[in-house]
Amino acid sequence: MSANGSGIGASVKRKEDTRFLTGRGRYTDDINLPGQLYGYILRSPVAHADIGGIDTSAAAAAPGVHAIFTGSDMEGVGGIPTGWLIHSKDGEPMVEPGHPALALGKVRYVGDCVAIVVAETREQAKEAANLIDVDYQELPAVASIEAAEAEGAAQVFDEAPGNVCYDWEVGDRAATDAAFDEATHVVSIDVVNNRLIPNAIEPRAAIANYDPATGDYTLYTTSQNPHLIRLLLGAFVLGLPEHKLRIVAPDVGGGFGSKIPHYAEEAILTWTAGQLGRPVKWTCERIDAFKSDTHGRDHISTARLALDADGKFLGLHVSTKANLGAYLSTFATCVPTYLYGILFAGPYTTPAVYCEVKSFFTNTVPVDALRGAGRPEATYLLERLVEKAAVELGMDRVEIRRKNFIREFPYQTPVALQYDQGDYDATLDLALKASDWAGFEARRAESAARGKCRGIGISTFIEACGIAPSAVVGSLGARAGLYESGSVRVHPTGSVSVFTGTHSHGQGHETTFAQIVSDMLGVDFEAVDVVHGDSAKIPFGMGTYGSRSLAVGGTAIYLAVEKVIEKGKKIAAHLLEASVEDIEFENGSFTVAGTDRSKSLGEVALTAYVPHNYPEGLEPGLEETAFYDPLNFTFPAGTHVAEVEVDPETGEVEVVAVTGADDVGRIINPMIVDGQLHGGLAHGIGQALLEECLYQDDGQLQTGSYLDYTMPRAADLPSFNINHNTTLCTHNPLGVKGVGEVGSIGVPPAVINAVIDALRPLGVNDMAMPATSQKVWQAIQQAQG
Amino acid sequence: MNDFTYHAPTSLDEALAALRGGGDGAKLIAGGHSLLPVMKLNLASPTDLVSLAGVPGLGDIADGGDSVTVGAMCRHAQVAGSAVVQARIPALAAMADGIGDAQVRNAGTIGGSVAHNDPAADYPAACVALGATIVTDRREIHSDDFFQGMFATALADDEVVTAVRFPVPARAAYAKFANPASKYAVAGVMVADGPAGVRVAVTGASGDGVFRVAEMEAALGASFSGEAVAGVAVSSDGMLSDTAAGADYRAHLVTVMAKRAVEACG
Repeated sequence: MSANGSGIGASVKRKEDTRFLTGRGRYTDDINLPGQLYGYILRSPVAHADIGGIDTSAAAAAPGVHAIFTGSDMEGVGGIPTGWLIHSKDGEPMVEPGHPALALGKVRYVGDCVAIVVAETREQAKEAANLIDVDYQELPAVASIEAAEAEGAAQVFDEAPGNVCYDWEVGDRAATDAAFDEATHVVSIDVVNNRLIPNAIEPRAAIANYDPATGDYTLYTTSQNPHLIRLLLGAFVLGLPEHKLRIVAPDVGGGFGSKIPHYAEEAILTWTAGQLGRPVKWTCERIDAFKSDTHGRDHISTARLALDADGKFLGLHVSTKANLGAYLSTFATCVPTYLYGILFAGPYTTPAVYCEVKSFFTNTVPVDALRGAGRPEATYLLERLVEKAAVELGMDRVEIRRKNFIREFPYQTPVALQYDQGDYDATLDLALKASDWAGFEARRAESAARGKCRGIGISTFIEACGIAPSAVVGSLGARAGLYESGSVRVHPTGSVSVFTGTHSHGQGHETTFAQIVSDMLGVDFEAVDVVHGDSAKIPFGMGTYGSRSLAVGGTAIYLAVEKVIEKGKKIAAHLLEASVEDIEFENGSFTVAGTDRSKSLGEVALTAYVPHNYPEGLEPGLEETAFYDPLNFTFPAGTHVAEVEVDPETGEVEVVAVTGADDVGRIINPMIVDGQLHGGLAHGIGQALLEECLYQDDGQLQTGSYLDYTMPRAADLPSFNINHNTTLCTHNPLGVKGVGEVGSIGVPPAVINAVIDALRPLGVNDMAMPATSQKVWQAIQQAQG
Repeated sequence: MNDFTYHAPTSLDEALAALRGGGDGAKLIAGGHSLLPVMKLNLASPTDLVSLAGVPGLGDIADGGDSVTVGAMCRHAQVAGSAVVQARIPALAAMADGIGDAQVRNAGTIGGSVAHNDPAADYPAACVALGATIVTDRREIHSDDFFQGMFATALADDEVVTAVRFPVPARAAYAKFANPASKYAVAGVMVADGPAGVRVAVTGASGDGVFRVAEMEAALGASFSGEAVAGVAVSSDGMLSDTAAGADYRAHLVTVMAKRAVEACG
């Protein structure tokens, strides 16, 4: 690979930003089709009720209304499926209740889809929906894990006794119990992982069309994974063959996991368009997004760490209860299991690890992946527990981590994963130096002189990205493969179109992938365009989530480029009258080794499309596709250090410094990588200090708007001090790992550890997320008696 | 949001006529930053909106020597950036500069804020502490009489605020603890040492809207120092309570903010 000004390793400005920053992005809501109608989704205002009846007569007579459909109209249509089958400890499959796209007989959360009103205008549809009279016969609701598991609790589904979906485990329980028997010290912790609302800046939207002339359906939708939507919507819900269903996810304004799932609205819109023979458009209002976008996290856990006399970890036992919400969203069941329990070795050599997870249905919005998806939950628990162990044993909190680091690779953890590579000492050392960890006490004293309590916290972590390989995830219950596709089309004059099955909704793929191809083929960066998001244009691909796009999708592109080069060598050998084995490709030229005889990529491409003088038996054209199924996850790792200042009078926490030392594998575009880290850190600080989705006991959403739900703002964040130490992933050719979720995984425990460190002199030894000013003030009051 | 008739009068008389013509369903709109959000949620559904944007003479700031008069349609950013306000009552400029965010400050108005009397708005505390007079189309109302509890004022249904006149104090400062999500005041305290003596006015904390703290005023009258109010607790009875701040926490913050406001007076 050759380095050039826009190749691998260059901070190229993002191609896509010109259109985004000048208001020329083309988002789903920007798309209008001739003859389109507008759909409004009527949602349940109550958390749990039998539907006694629905009177739509007044609404049907309202101005502009074309049609109203309710659950009974869609009764013959398939329900919304879930993507991962979990088995309980006893071998039984999880309880998998049906999820009708429009509620049938019962509503199960505030926001549940009850009816669609289709009218000439958005406003007419909404006004008519207000005229629908639904007879809600309210039932007791369970709005939390505690309520769901209480004796005599209301049942979300009759077929799920005790509201339990599954009771899962991973790891060797007996070996872990034995480790505790040998332990000198046992440290315990109870933690809650707060429920979050994703809040992508672009609300969900969809526009569906049915062409009676061809029988083709098209759905434009705000999705991170258009082919996955086609698979689920076509095969499971509507019974449409793939060639008759096109899914387009155009520019998408942020996903963070909440645009992975196949949503009921997508099925309702597509089915409705088919019924009416006209395009139907729907755009979610922000107020509805709060109660219908999948939420994230929501765990209650208790954990114990067994240590020997020297502070070596002997065993870890984790018991978690997870809230899945009212229905099983697409990846709801695997987030608290296979994206969570298998992370508990962390960067440590703990020889025995056991994790059990009981997941519950509740009358709340379905819970699914949110930036990090399972890994932030695991990292938070582990790094809070390790910190607590250091304090209780009187050990230095850096040394307890260092003492337990994994240093030999590959490393087989006791919870399924095998880490291929890493250097945890290097990122730890880098973070300590960059954060001036050693100089902290002077800063603490300086803050104290101003009446502030300063604290510093650390988190050393690994994550598992690019979930794979397909055969393994299939054996664990995944109902899809987790490979990726890439196609590279060299045009006759040498410019290049790249087709990827991943989807960019903020990640900058159009730039990063173009850099890889530009670098490998030696063509101008500007001559490479990346196409994504349209099932009619791109090969079947799995989309973007779990920091997989570069490691899996980028590798597929890499392999497709290699195929292009191999074919180009054959054409060049023919033109140069040389043996294929003697052709070398570098900087866009095919050269006969040891000579100055060469052909440019452009000449070779033109020959491929105008094959007048061409190798016998070789297909014309210069376009190659590769499907890449990784051998393993990738394992980014790092150390995050947070420094906070607490105002003891008000309880306000200010994050004064955040230092990251991250190993994300080879970096293609440093600016994009740092941007991803910044975004993730903001997300993580949001969870640690500000964000919390709250429900009332009756299932009403308390934090249903920005008046009550606190998103992190620029003023809440310090300038981030980002540092890199790179080890290369050993099993993909680019050596890349993934970066999109690092901040939201690594930083929350560092922040909370810092808050507790700041407050410990006041007698405060625990703090739950989010550490809001009120919560901190109350903890101080309690500690001071 | 439901349909409504939008009126764009170009004089105060036209505005008053439109307001009266619209009856109970008519509402004045100035910056719209309080009204439009509740209309979007269908919590308010006026039949007629009477805009003050085209009414001349409501957007000026005048230096009256011992007072500053701020026109009702002055945006928060205008007050914050006004050389007159900055010179004569810097605390008022600083307070306006801390309202909401930049978009709010560039659209929201002082007249709209005082007429709406949101219990968490900043201006009511400034008005009461500074002893301001609310000027309307027909009379002048002292702020002590103007604010009458949550969302309630002395205004008649068809009365229009045209200006607010602030006496220039010897010293004043505002300290606010903001809700982390909405940025509205959880406890905002304006302390002013002016022609009517020392006044301490609190917004954001009480369910009854802005209120004065007599005990703090007395303490400051004896000794104008942060320490004088640091020990004065206010009761949590009647305090607002929400997910961000319960009544006890709010009551506590009133004392802390009062102390900080006094200290900021210099």
